Amino acid sequence: MTDDKTYQPLALNVPEPGCRPGDTPDFSYFEVPRAGAVARPAVDVDPDDMREMAFSIVRVLNKEGEAVGDWAGALTPEELREGLRDMMLLRAFDARMQNAQRQGKTSFYMQHLGEEAVSCAFSRALQDGDMNFPTYRQAGLLIARDYPLVTMMNQIYSNADDPLHGRQLPIMYSSKERGFFSISGNLGTQFVQAVGWAMASAISGDTKIAAGWIGDGSTAESDFHAAMVFASTYNAPVVLNIVNNQWAISTFQGIARGGVGTFAARGHGFGIASIRVDGNDYLAVNAVAKWAAERARLGLGPTLIEHVTYRAGGHSTSDDPSAYRSADEGAAWPLGDPIDRLKRHLIRIGEWSDERHSQAEAELMDQVITAQKEAEKIGTLGGGKGPSPRDMFEGVFEKMPPHLIRQRQEAGY
Amino acid sequence: MAQMTMIEALRDAHDVAMEKDDRVVVYGEDVGYFGGVFRVTAGLQKKYGKSRCFDAPINEAGIVGTAIGMAAYGLRPVIEIQFADYVYPAIDQIVSEAARLRHRSAGDFTCPIVIRMPTGGGIFGGQTHSQSPEAFFTHSSGLKTVVPSNPYDAKGLLLAAIEDPDPVIFLEPKRLYNGPFDGYHDRPVTSWKKHPLGDVSDGYEPIPLGKAAIRREGSDVTVLAYGTMVYVAEAAAEESGVDAEVIDLRTLLPLDLETIVASVEKTGRCVIVHEATKTSGFGAELMSIVQENCFYHLEAPIIRVTGWDTPYPHAQEWNYFPGPERVGEALKKCMED
Repeated sequence: MTDDKTYQPLALNVPEPGCRPGDTPDFSYFEVPRAGAVARPAVDVDPDDMREMAFSIVRVLNKEGEAVGDWAGALTPEELREGLRDMMLLRAFDARMQNAQRQGKTSFYMQHLGEEAVSCAFSRALQDGDMNFPTYRQAGLLIARDYPLVTMMNQIYSNADDPLHGRQLPIMYSSKERGFFSISGNLGTQFVQAVGWAMASAISGDTKIAAGWIGDGSTAESDFHAAMVFASTYNAPVVLNIVNNQWAISTFQGIARGGVGTFAARGHGFGIASIRVDGNDYLAVNAVAKWAAERARLGLGPTLIEHVTYRAGGHSTSDDPSAYRSADEGAAWPLGDPIDRLKRHLIRIGEWSDERHSQAEAELMDQVITAQKEAEKIGTLGGGKGPSPRDMFEGVFEKMPPHLIRQRQEAGY
Repeated sequence: MAQMTMIEALRDAHDVAMEKDDRVVVYGEDVGYFGGVFRVTAGLQKKYGKSRCFDAPINEAGIVGTAIGMAAYGLRPVIEIQFADYVYPAIDQIVSEAARLRHRSAGDFTCPIVIRMPTGGGIFGGQTHSQSPEAFFTHSSGLKTVVPSNPYDAKGLLLAAIEDPDPVIFLEPKRLYNGPFDGYHDRPVTSWKKHPLGDVSDGYEPIPLGKAAIRREGSDVTVLAYGTMVYVAEAAAEESGVDAEVIDLRTLLPLDLETIVASVEKTGRCVIVHEATKTSGFGAELMSIVQENCFYHLEAPIIRVTGWDTPYPHAQEWNYFPGPERVGEALKKCMED
């Protein structure tokens, strides 16, 4: 028999974020590695030989806005300006759609504020025919591929020209043509589907690759584990992206992460090449994405990328972050703002100016407003021309079975 | 034509489909090298290679989730869940994803997959090797649900399921894998090799989904059944002296309403039989459909004979399984009014 006095009563550990509403933000725990400090390994590196990369952060842009280190130098000034344009367009789009929701033109919206570099920079690392399996916070994948803004807005407004016929909640886009898989409300499901798509490409002897997307909170879902097992077992040509924006609605990332050092470190147990990248550094995200895509396309296997960023906006239009985190936290975020940082770099290398930036800002906002007018001319939720109620019975199956035909008739369509 | 067990017929369906269409890939736990714990996929890996037929990690959500991704790419995955009792970890992928992909993407992406799983009891399988979870699937819009009861149908229905442009749940009554079973567990089992429905056509001959088959014509009462219960109902009809018309539904969704209605309008009576638990089981849906469509023809209340609303027991298997005696009593009771 054990002597009961040997042990103190056990206590449950429930992690807490560093600060709550009213507190002064404190990111002192968050180590920011020097830009350029992490070496760029060869794409055929053994995952075991790059283990420390899951604990550091690949960064290219330093405080002065210079691009430094092994991961720098792959983008031309023109490409950098395109990247800046993509991110600014996404931010303008977000601002207008957030506002449209407040005006009651749609039921719901989710912004990307502060995370624009992640999807915009990644998108430009893929090729036509590759397939993303995004979450609801990667619209930059569409923006960077010139998906029409009006079409996105038609989906958000669920109007008569909504490509999804009003069936889906706003922002749950789908575009096979642009390599953007249909978004689902169920978290984590698409992560393992991405692996399956990649396996199919390998089975078919194709050269296309897939990219899976998941947030920090959703890595706790079982499908995250499933995706890692299958990707590892079958050496699937897939890039598995974790967007660690520190928050899952009101829950700080420590609740999903537990005692492990980083989310990227989870890849080690599966033998998957795993990297952390500065998610607010357009150049770093793009360089790491290209590296991972190249690995996949050469048949060298999957890569896990943890994009370290900060969700500067509310979780959604239904969320009020001031109820659970400090209002000043975004401003204190050590990795800054992705648009400001790329702008600063472009100015530093003499390829941009404050004047051009202001002008671009105005032009992009005009572009968004023009698109918005066009979409609203067709209709908004509850106003103008909407999709046919008859349509909700379509597409459940390829061919409508008799019981659905009867129900459609019963509904009066 | 060749005489086959249900296992052989299912294997043959895989073989024919894989030969016909390069996009058909087959995987699941123990499905590859070993050929499946029930031998349904035996020899396929050897014939078609490891990239067409392979073993999977023990992760049902992963098996279904990857298949959805493969289907989105353009393949035709035919995957196996080792027992229907183990499909629950994959329910999110099946209900939230596979079933809704076409609708939510307005046809941008589709999900032509077949999810095979051995189902049903009568084999001393206990709680987790005997369940009949069909009602979970028929309740989910966007899925088709198929339950064959013999080798001939098993092959034809599986070929149709593989060809179907939408996700199909394919439930295989494992009690019927080697021979028909009428619920008389103390009698010797006969093989399909001596049964007319074990005579399976060679080559490609799909049986359309959504069509029931009348297994025994009768004039007194209509019995709606599927899977193992078809043979239990046939035995009960012979022994009870009630001239029952036994309908094998074959496909639960889409359902063959015309055949059901025509039969009940003829007999004026209806007994529904399934192994699954009673409350909110598929029998409740069948009962509602018959009541809605045949109310003025009914001469007696519709009766359900089902598994009890308990987990499937081990020692009490034959007290649980709705055998010919219970079905026979229901047939007689139905004739009393």
